[in-house]
Amino acid sequence: MRVKEKIIEKVLAACALVTVLTTLGIILILAVEAFVFFQDVSILEFLTSTQWTPLFTEKNYGILPLLSGTALTTLIAITVALPVGLTIAVYLNEYAHERVRKVLKPMLEILAVVPTVVYGFFALMIVTPFLKTFIPGLAGFNALSPGIVMGIMIIPFVSSLSEDALSSVPNSLRQASFGMGSTKFQTAFRVMVPAASSGIIVSAILAISRAIGETMIVAIAAGQQPRFTFDPTVPIETITAYIVQVSMGDVPYGSIAYKTIFAAGITLFIFTFILNNISYWIKTKYQEKYE
Amino acid sequence: MNKVNTSRFKDKAFRRLGMVVTVSCLLILAVFVGFVLYMGLDRLSWEFLMSLPSRFADQSGIYTAWIGSIWVLVLTTLISFPLGVGAGIYLEEYGKKNKLATFLEINIANLAGVPSIIYGLLGLEVFVRIMQMGNSILAGALTLALLILPIIIVSTRESLRAVPSSIRDASNALGASKWQTIWNQVLPASFGGILTGVILALSRAVGETAPLIVVGALAYVPFAPRGPLDEFTVLPIQIFNWVSRPQHEFVINAAAAIIVLLLITFVMNGIAVYLRNRWQSKMKW
Repeated sequence: MRVKEKIIEKVLAACALVTVLTTLGIILILAVEAFVFFQDVSILEFLTSTQWTPLFTEKNYGILPLLSGTALTTLIAITVALPVGLTIAVYLNEYAHERVRKVLKPMLEILAVVPTVVYGFFALMIVTPFLKTFIPGLAGFNALSPGIVMGIMIIPFVSSLSEDALSSVPNSLRQASFGMGSTKFQTAFRVMVPAASSGIIVSAILAISRAIGETMIVAIAAGQQPRFTFDPTVPIETITAYIVQVSMGDVPYGSIAYKTIFAAGITLFIFTFILNNISYWIKTKYQEKYE
Repeated sequence: MNKVNTSRFKDKAFRRLGMVVTVSCLLILAVFVGFVLYMGLDRLSWEFLMSLPSRFADQSGIYTAWIGSIWVLVLTTLISFPLGVGAGIYLEEYGKKNKLATFLEINIANLAGVPSIIYGLLGLEVFVRIMQMGNSILAGALTLALLILPIIIVSTRESLRAVPSSIRDASNALGASKWQTIWNQVLPASFGGILTGVILALSRAVGETAPLIVVGALAYVPFAPRGPLDEFTVLPIQIFNWVSRPQHEFVINAAAAIIVLLLITFVMNGIAVYLRNRWQSKMKW
């Protein structure tokens, strides 16, 4: 009996250990492959060159064009998702009737379960042609359309996390504000949102991290052309889309093109890792403020 | 008095704005889904579901794609379900409040935020190269299993936490061992919640594209896979492949395949929500 109990505990612990091994595996593999890559390519060139052409005969290995592409689509997505998501969160939490909320909330969640490849299709087939009617100079592949669609995808993510933050603010604060004669609007934006600010900041950081790592929307609708620019109307390429582009082709193991996807991967990983840890830190530091 | 009126106006305006913004999001979703239905519904037929891929758009089908998706889904379930639930039980029931537990928690939160394509790189190196599985279904399923593991662990822990400690105490007081308590009392009481989390995680796995592309799932597979070590494609990759073609006929194929993929995703989410509601109404402590 005792032995059996011990064995079961060990087996369960082994399951939990898999998560640690996964993290170690990711870090180790990215580090090793990137190390091999940087024996062929100087770090200085990688960080400063504005050309990324590892698949051409004349090869350049500057990550900046991929970084600018990623930053651009992320910026557009956040510009859409943050104000909209926050507005929805405040509306559902402070204004909407309980019954309305119960209907609207699960419907919004549908936005989050649509596969990203489907969003890519939407960006390419609906949003880009639609935007072209307003912006005549818009290229068939561009950063604007996938950025906006990515923003739409992230809205429920922002709104539900912000809503959690808002609803964890004690009701007494709200009542006190009403008691002073404030309107709902004043209560929401001068009391509730500031009180829930740490949770809202966390939702924003996690949304940025999601947007940076998003792949299929940009791979389909942004054009796969690395370009060091912040012009949202021309084709660009993100870090993630580059990895997909290389993986779709036949790249022999050990070739320099094969190594570039790991160099791109570690760059991506570092950014998301930092953002995730900042958000976790904020969350644990400010979580129990009201308890 | 004027100031009060401005405040009231702002209040009303925001109520309207909030409603308009929320409904607009749903409208956009409706337009998107409507567009796909309009474009692809005519193409959808029994033949489309049962045909192999072809160079000609009108003869192409998604047979290899959905068979591949089912293979991946089944294997991913078999791998991630025991691992995720096991890890969840360990962390919630056995884990002590010490530095190791905190580390595990931070680690899982971190893994949940790692972009899916990074998991693809991990799978490519570990499963495809080092373990020499090649571009097989098994390599793809293992990669996706690691990807959804954090989601399953987190939802398992939440379900276990919802079981009141009085049940554990009662079981222990009757002389049951720790595992007997978990197996006979805690797990049955939390199973609905655990299952909901697992289904939600799997519905995410069905739609995943990028990690499988990196692991080497192919865009064109002439025959349906027969075993876990065969090469494969899945529905999202087939869609990606068709969307990227310039010919309009292939884009219509993509729309038809998207209808199938959306149907699978929505049905899985529907089941999960149904289970959650039923479980919540049944289990009132």
